[in-house]
Amino acid sequence: MSTTTPATLELDPAVVRRARSLARRAAAPVVKIAKSHTTVSVERATLRLAGLSGADHERVPWVNHLVDAVRREVGLEHGVTTPVYDALRRGEAPDLITLAQKAASGNVAFRLPTGREAVAARRAAARGVGVGLRTIDASRRTRERLVKRLGDPKTTPWIYLIVATGDIYEDIPQAQAAARAGADVIAVIRSTGQSLLDYVPEGATREGFAGTYATQENFRLMRAALDDVSKELGRYVRLTNYASGLCMPEIAALAGMERLDMMLNDSMYGILFRDINPVRTFVDQRFSRQVHARAGIIINTGEDNYLTTADAVEAAHTVTVSQLLNERFAKEAGLRDWQLGLGHAFEINPDLPDSFRMELAHAMLARRLFPNAPLKWMPPTKHMTGDVFRGYLLDGFFNLVGAMTGQSILLVGMMTEAVVTPFLSDRDLALQNVRYVMSAASGLTEDFHPPRDGFIQTRARQVLSEAVDLLERIVNDTASGTGHTAGAPLLSAIGDGTFGLMKRPAHKGKGLDGVAERAADYDNPAITALDAGVAVPAGRTGRP
Amino acid sequence: MSSSIIRPYGDTTGDGMVQVSFTLPIPHDKKAEGAALQLARKMGLEPAMLVHAKSMGEGFTFFVVYGSSTHLVNLDDVHVTEREYPLLSAKDVNLAIKKTLRRKLVVVGACIGTDAHTVGIDAILNIKGFAGEKGLEYYREITVVNLGAQVLVPELVEQARAEKADAVLVSQVVTQKDAHIHNTTQMSAAFREAYPAGTVPVLIAGGPRFEDGSEAALGVDRIFGRGTTPGEVASYLVHEMTTRKGMHP
Repeated sequence: MSTTTPATLELDPAVVRRARSLARRAAAPVVKIAKSHTTVSVERATLRLAGLSGADHERVPWVNHLVDAVRREVGLEHGVTTPVYDALRRGEAPDLITLAQKAASGNVAFRLPTGREAVAARRAAARGVGVGLRTIDASRRTRERLVKRLGDPKTTPWIYLIVATGDIYEDIPQAQAAARAGADVIAVIRSTGQSLLDYVPEGATREGFAGTYATQENFRLMRAALDDVSKELGRYVRLTNYASGLCMPEIAALAGMERLDMMLNDSMYGILFRDINPVRTFVDQRFSRQVHARAGIIINTGEDNYLTTADAVEAAHTVTVSQLLNERFAKEAGLRDWQLGLGHAFEINPDLPDSFRMELAHAMLARRLFPNAPLKWMPPTKHMTGDVFRGYLLDGFFNLVGAMTGQSILLVGMMTEAVVTPFLSDRDLALQNVRYVMSAASGLTEDFHPPRDGFIQTRARQVLSEAVDLLERIVNDTASGTGHTAGAPLLSAIGDGTFGLMKRPAHKGKGLDGVAERAADYDNPAITALDAGVAVPAGRTGRP
Repeated sequence: MSSSIIRPYGDTTGDGMVQVSFTLPIPHDKKAEGAALQLARKMGLEPAMLVHAKSMGEGFTFFVVYGSSTHLVNLDDVHVTEREYPLLSAKDVNLAIKKTLRRKLVVVGACIGTDAHTVGIDAILNIKGFAGEKGLEYYREITVVNLGAQVLVPELVEQARAEKADAVLVSQVVTQKDAHIHNTTQMSAAFREAYPAGTVPVLIAGGPRFEDGSEAALGVDRIFGRGTTPGEVASYLVHEMTTRKGMHP
């Protein structure tokens, strides 16, 4: 890193410790729920690791067919791999895809084997799933090799640009052009609505709404295109997509195998903003984060979303709370500090007095609370009015906060935000804006020290103490109900509308019917291997 | 000169000055600059001044052009939909609902189709509101049911019937491939099918890209665009309910 340590806020270490221990307490019962349940998507992801891919003529993926068939006959609660590999061992089909095809037409009888047959089926499943895990390990090594050979971006923050045409074959030249223009990270925004699909589309896609579908083939095509441009530019250009929504675990598995480098993966976003069932989300999330940990993927969390629906000053502490919870859930799943792209955003109403000073205080707070995490700094969207000239100035101030507080990943703001999909010129102007501010002012991290007990220090402490108060309220939420929420105050807090003003009870929301409590004999060789945390290379693949 | 004829204003009355920026898909050279000036002339800028030209990526050039527009606007020929109802305060809205309905006005809102952008519907419905105005949830005499994002049309119709909705608000932000138009026409058709004629709730579509005056084509009663405040929507609802009451006593 070229920057020096960012200016100090003199936070009380005892308060910081208190915040972390509360986050740990809030998360613990939820982790317990995640470890005692499975979902259709976790099971499908496991079959994808075992090499099952493709879809029928109606584009229903074979993993969906197979999981549905096993669920109908023996249930989800034992894990699907045991009955699946038992059927293969019994000679029902020579391989997984044939088995899925036969299962789709109801021509396979699944059963839950016992005794030696169960042991043998499990052993076969572990071998099958191991292939996918080894592919993930190999992708990680490839990334490390390429980063070593080509190098990381020379300066921080890494410049993060979005591409979203809906057509992967349009996205590719745009992404390459963006990389040539200076982007270090390319994010391919997903088609609106993909988060609520309970299957992963198949193949290269040319039709998306406000984004491009996340599919294994699209991942592969884009990564290959960025490898080409990385070689041309002499720096490794990273690729980002979304492990969120109902298929979070499957997309995480595909991303790991296809060597994506960063994945959007927030602990509560799907619950609050997509009305996905909370239990489904936490179960899916733990699995996907374990996969990301193993794959050496940097996750990006979505705290910016809280500020677009709530007021960025009043709700500043909810960002901190979400960051702390995201950190806790991530660490529990095996992610390291360098993999935590915790989010925050420049969304304070610019008409407020001292809005810039408050942005500085909030950004410094995040930087100080998570000194070793590659924080993701996100540009204004809510107060981009269509006045592109004012928007350009606002983006300049956003960049300045990023420069002064040593942010790690900077999502480039477009002056045409909320107006049109960015023009070629909008992107170029936006990059000029970033480059000017960074070259003119990034050295300010060295000069800028907010005075003791001044506005910035006071504001940062206030936000942190409000965050601690909120975490205390969550941990002590005793309205904790029945069933799924029993003993998990975080779930009842989510149900009460504590976050983002949205009430999301644990027994409601999309995808609940895809959740099952694990039986005592539940077996999932992927989870077993991921829990054991086997043979992950110790070295990191570079961080911003 | 009649005051209904106007031209753009730079720094002197009648100078017609405008500023435009655009990109041409050619590398930056003398010819590219000539092409930019020719385009500006065809856009009605005479004389046109090329003040900035910069190469952007391979084979593209960005231009900023200032020039005097040769076009005139006759205000008498400009036709827009003016708000035909008075803007009421929250208090007056509550009072009017009490008087005309003698019960609470029920509003069901949603983002339909694949649209997940709840910014618009939330700005109108959430108590938090927009532009310093509280949302419809704040109105004592209005019951708000916000179904959130990515609601399917049949689900919306069902909910509207279950809640006995007086009005249905749908928000459409995503406009790629005209999704906002398809979704809205599908929604209005579904309501007409599900309700006996004359009993369909007030259908309102909101979003930044609906064309002014396209209500009939979309099958809705009212379109609200960018910058609409909750107060405007509430005032319209009162106006529409009173009118309907008058027609169906």
